[in-house]
Amino acid sequence: MAEPFSGTTERTPVTHHILSVLVENKAGVLSRIAGLFSRRGFNIFSLAVAPAAEDERFSRLTIVVDAESAPIAQVVGQLNKLINVVAIRDMRPDEATERELLLATVSVDEEGRQDLLAHVAHAGASIVDFSSDAVTVSLSGTPAAADAFERHLEANYGAVEVQRTGRVALPRLNPPA
Amino acid sequence: MKITGAQSLIKSLEAQGVEVIFGLPGGAILPVYDPIIDSTIRHILVRHEQGAGHMAEGYAQATGRPGVAMVTSGPGATNIVTPISNAYMDSIPLVVITGQVPTGAIGTDAFQECDITGITQGITKHNWLITDVEDIPTVIAEAFYVATTGRPGPVLVDFPKDIAQTEVEWVEPPSFDELDLPGYKPQLDGDAELVSAAADLMAAAERPLLYVGGGVLKARGAEALLALAESTGIPVVTTLMARGAFPDSHELCLGMPGMHGNYTAITAMQEADLLVSLGARFDDRVTGRLDAFAPKAKIVHVDIDPAELNKVRRADVGIVGDARRVTEALVTASAGRSQVDRSAWRTQLAGWQAEFPLTYDPAEEGQALKPQAIIEALAANSPADTIVVAGVGQHQMWAAQHWNYDLPYTWINSGGAGTMGFAVPGAIGAKVGEPGRTVWGIDGDGCFQMTAQELVTARVEGIPVKIAILNNSYLGMVRQWQEMFYEERYSEVYLTPDLPNFVMLAESMGCVGIRVDRPEDVLPAIERANAINDRPVVIDFRTDASEKVFPMVPAGASNSDVVVHPTQRAGA
Ligand SMILES: Cc1ncc(C[n+]2csc(CCOP(=O)(O)OP(=O)(O)O)c2C)c(N)n1
Ligand SMILES: [Mg+2]
Repeated sequence: MAEPFSGTTERTPVTHHILSVLVENKAGVLSRIAGLFSRRGFNIFSLAVAPAAEDERFSRLTIVVDAESAPIAQVVGQLNKLINVVAIRDMRPDEATERELLLATVSVDEEGRQDLLAHVAHAGASIVDFSSDAVTVSLSGTPAAADAFERHLEANYGAVEVQRTGRVALPRLNPPA
Repeated sequence: MKITGAQSLIKSLEAQGVEVIFGLPGGAILPVYDPIIDSTIRHILVRHEQGAGHMAEGYAQATGRPGVAMVTSGPGATNIVTPISNAYMDSIPLVVITGQVPTGAIGTDAFQECDITGITQGITKHNWLITDVEDIPTVIAEAFYVATTGRPGPVLVDFPKDIAQTEVEWVEPPSFDELDLPGYKPQLDGDAELVSAAADLMAAAERPLLYVGGGVLKARGAEALLALAESTGIPVVTTLMARGAFPDSHELCLGMPGMHGNYTAITAMQEADLLVSLGARFDDRVTGRLDAFAPKAKIVHVDIDPAELNKVRRADVGIVGDARRVTEALVTASAGRSQVDRSAWRTQLAGWQAEFPLTYDPAEEGQALKPQAIIEALAANSPADTIVVAGVGQHQMWAAQHWNYDLPYTWINSGGAGTMGFAVPGAIGAKVGEPGRTVWGIDGDGCFQMTAQELVTARVEGIPVKIAILNNSYLGMVRQWQEMFYEERYSEVYLTPDLPNFVMLAESMGCVGIRVDRPEDVLPAIERANAINDRPVVIDFRTDASEKVFPMVPAGASNSDVVVHPTQRAGA
């Protein structure tokens, strides 16, 4: 079995796994999952929740877990014991296609604006809002691309307000052998 | 037929076969107490909600049926948190119904509101807040199904007052097969290939051990275990939660391992080349220092909870399944395999047993009673199927060590949580479940004072339990640690021997109270207590405060550094 992915960027955890968790849409289910992680000492790097496409009775959680805080099999085993957890797919980063969404509002004057637009175009981001002295940009991409974009903004512009959704993931269609 | 939500709840409990509820009413649960009057279910009114929870646990541990407790919201609910946690640690099927403020008042800090589903999230298998009166029969069926199947455990159903008062058309509850719980599917049968691999390891192991935990009792697997041990000739250790799962008097029984286990059971684990763990969980009280535990052993780990496999110790063969079914499969698989010669192993075990039996210094003329001798006298003079229910402390360990348990479900205690105060209500619950049998609670003077008031419940409800207090006038177990590890600096462990006056306290609660100071009075007192069947009996045995529990594996030490009784130490 391949080693867990070792990230290189600051935000990307050194070793992490992605758990795609199908849960029943019942009251308190998020609190049950969050409570389990805290009481068992498992660390969550990010968490994204949305209704499951296949059935309105279910929601899908994408949980990025710190694989160093506990053995992943133990995290999966304990999660599976929650009655409202229906199915868990455990992916190593190299087995998954991961994406996340970044929104950033950047203060920028007339002068810097051209430069920003160029970088936005280069990174495949887009402008979603603007005013006379600020621009809100959006990028959807790999966590590494989001990291790089965020670093560039912070290094080159004044006040930057960033929000990221945390990643969602699906298994890669041609996973590594 | 239209009925109220309260009636629906009681009918739903009846439909699950509930024969007894332990509880205490209050505002939010009040509507449910009305239909109880007309129900076939017996209600036992406790004096404190903690008592209700432990009674339900004693009942469940003695009978194998789920225990049911019902309390009101707020303080009623928080008073039963300790038993819920206890049931979670010891995998006891426990169904707790709590009253709740009306749904419209939830979240407003209403009178006696408390977020009991939030509080108990981490100590229940699952809990429910009923928000629709039509859900009652289904939720109650789900609650019993979850509590009693897979790895058993506590569940809680929070029941708002307005739901209790709403009218609804009665609909029969679904059967367990009809429940819609897509995330809950206990796996009962072990994988055949893994069973076969385990049987191979067992047949070839020269120094194997069956390491038996409470899961074997939960799975009603004692008979299968006996067949496995006898057909393979592999010796058995029974953990604190599994005393009685294998007969102590059987030649293959090595008794209890762990912090206060006997030398042979502890050392056999250290020297084994194979541990076959059946329904046990490698608890720290058994393993001692983990990286020094059973260093030469391969591990076969059988557990119905997949998360137990590889949680503490990596299994060479991990089998998810019901302990009884997997044990039966191992019996079948072993039938076709010949076992290697293990005479050297058996000789070694017999040698340890001869050299390091459980021992204590008998009382000399004029000395205080020895607690171990009292346990032995109780065991020798009570019926073979007597149920023993212990508190937590030294007396618990002596009761686990010095009583020979030859039958399953004759030993009940609070293992994982170590809940002081368990014995009196636990014994009451066991007696309710097994009214024809003698039930001895073996309690400490400290523990007894935590829940003694339930003896009023026992007297009023006609539940004649017997309680032996091993009164050493100390929080003895803590005193032992302070003596051994804190240079005899005793801090807040002295209780005074005469306050309360246990005989008067017992008599005031309608029980017979007996005090025993001298060895010659022990037997007559036990005989008198065993002859009383119309009310509870309490015997205050004045015991030697300086007695310590041996052997002992100090916390954090390796099992290989077990401290034996002073008379067995080198040079002694
Ligand atoms: C509710 C609770 N509080 C504290 C403890 C810690 N504790 C463990 S054993 C013990 C002493 C018990 O004293 P006693 O009932 O007299 O039993 P003994 O050890 O003297 O036999 C204490 C305080 C506990 N296990 N449970
Ligand atoms: Mg004591």
